[in-house]
Amino acid sequence: MIFSKLKLDSLLLPLIGVVAFVALWFGLSATVSPDLPDPTATWVSSKPVVVEPFAYRGEMDQGILRFTWLSLVLVAKGYAIALIVGTPLGFILGLSKVATKICDPMIQVLRPVSPLAWLPLGMILFMKTGKGVSEMAALFTIAICSMWPTVLNTAVGVRSIPQDYLNVAKVLKLSRTKTLFKVLVPATLPYMFTGFRLSLGIAWLVIVAAEMLTGRPGVGGFLWQQYNSLVYEQIILCILTIGLVGFVLDRLMSLVEARFKTA
Amino acid sequence: MSLLEVTSVNRGFGPAHARSEILGNINLSIEEGEFVAIVGYSGTGKTTLMSLLAGLLQPDSGTITLAGQPITEPGPDRGIVFQNYSLLPWLTVYENIALAVDQVFPSWTAEQRREHIERHIAMVNLTPARNKVPRELSGGMRQRVSVARTLAMNPKILLLDEPLGALDALTRATLQDEIARIWESEKKTVVLITNDPDEGIYLADRIIPLTPGPRATLGPSIPIPLPRPRDRAAINHDPAFKAIRTRVLDFLLSFQEMRKTTLSKNLLLPDLVPEDLTRSGGPGLFAPRRRPVRRGELKREEIVVRS
Repeated sequence: MIFSKLKLDSLLLPLIGVVAFVALWFGLSATVSPDLPDPTATWVSSKPVVVEPFAYRGEMDQGILRFTWLSLVLVAKGYAIALIVGTPLGFILGLSKVATKICDPMIQVLRPVSPLAWLPLGMILFMKTGKGVSEMAALFTIAICSMWPTVLNTAVGVRSIPQDYLNVAKVLKLSRTKTLFKVLVPATLPYMFTGFRLSLGIAWLVIVAAEMLTGRPGVGGFLWQQYNSLVYEQIILCILTIGLVGFVLDRLMSLVEARFKTA
Repeated sequence: MSLLEVTSVNRGFGPAHARSEILGNINLSIEEGEFVAIVGYSGTGKTTLMSLLAGLLQPDSGTITLAGQPITEPGPDRGIVFQNYSLLPWLTVYENIALAVDQVFPSWTAEQRREHIERHIAMVNLTPARNKVPRELSGGMRQRVSVARTLAMNPKILLLDEPLGALDALTRATLQDEIARIWESEKKTVVLITNDPDEGIYLADRIIPLTPGPRATLGPSIPIPLPRPRDRAAINHDPAFKAIRTRVLDFLLSFQEMRKTTLSKNLLLPDLVPEDLTRSGGPGLFAPRRRPVRRGELKREEIVVRS
């Protein structure tokens, strides 16, 4: 009884949602927007890209998983930069009131800036690097857009370390480095990983914008190219892929995050 | 020269204009090997006093010395057991104690340290739980880890800050017996802060009441000449025990009256002339009545005084 109820809730109900969504999609393409390809047309047109997901037929004509892989590599690099810069910055902000006062206005102003706005600046910044400019600009954009949740969550985590833990460090006369690595970092880890998860979500959001503007091969670049060549069906495929990958990344990070939750 | 010497210590909190003096003129001297209990109401500055002894706080005036050396900062020579255990939740029982031992005895070999840690875990009967993290332990077990960690630092003096305050009565009794047993075998100097006079009398050589604040100070030191080891059941009927408890309670209760301070407060009455429910402006249910008005709105007010 309980089992069947569980099955109903976790399988049937989401299925109803998907069916309703596809029906709405059919309805929309049949009535108000005739240019929107319906689900069958989308499948027929996307099939070559999907059934050979690792095919390479040219820079902008590759299998969908190959594109996804390219995007993921770029995101991984940008995200790594964001963490390497963001985590220590968060610690400094959490530990020093002066640093907070110096940096906070800048962070609050820079944080809401869209990736579309950062990318041209990145291009200008790395103009001198020649051929690598588009990659550098994309990495810069991903890093600067996605690091804020890591910075802010780490800072909050450091500030909310219970005084008890610090008292233990004081009574034991732990050195500064020992206090940092034996007390501050472990106590902040749960907050840090929440920041890491949110940052990863943003990094994956930014990839599309970055690839569109730089025309790099990847899911986002492919999406933009297919729009320009009027292959609308494959745009939908790209959107679904981006959504699925984002979902999987978030789930993976949630698992890691749960691992670091302490009492 | 006593081991711990506290001389006319004062300590308050807050800025000059809104300062609350917590402790005033605290004098205390504790001999080597003595077990002293300080008992007082909640919120009278017991934890402040303990933080001063531990060096986590500095006195505003007066001096605190341990073996002749002034206390200026926290250190492992004064082992403090906090009321809320203060274990690091990401470390196991063994690792929590190891953190302290590795820090305090860096010159020992790994084998010596391991043996020392295991011995202290065994001392508080936690060997089966040595690889558990604090959230898997009950409150009493956590406090035992905390006691073991502090003892493992081999401090000159052991400071117990209401160590059993957060535990249920049965666990409390068990841990009191455990503390008594450990003290018998280790003969450490102990300062126990508690809000339970019975606990203080059961465990200590001497009990000192702390008067209620503000400017809490220590009352007379009352010696407890009961023979050890003490029997919890028998001690309750011991006339000497009862006499000590009466002295402590009488001293503390004599301050109850003083705690009732006079407060004067300016009360602002509401600026309203109440609606007159007795008089209706005309016939019928919805007849206009005078609405409630603010006195400030009134141009004229008639007050009829019947004599």
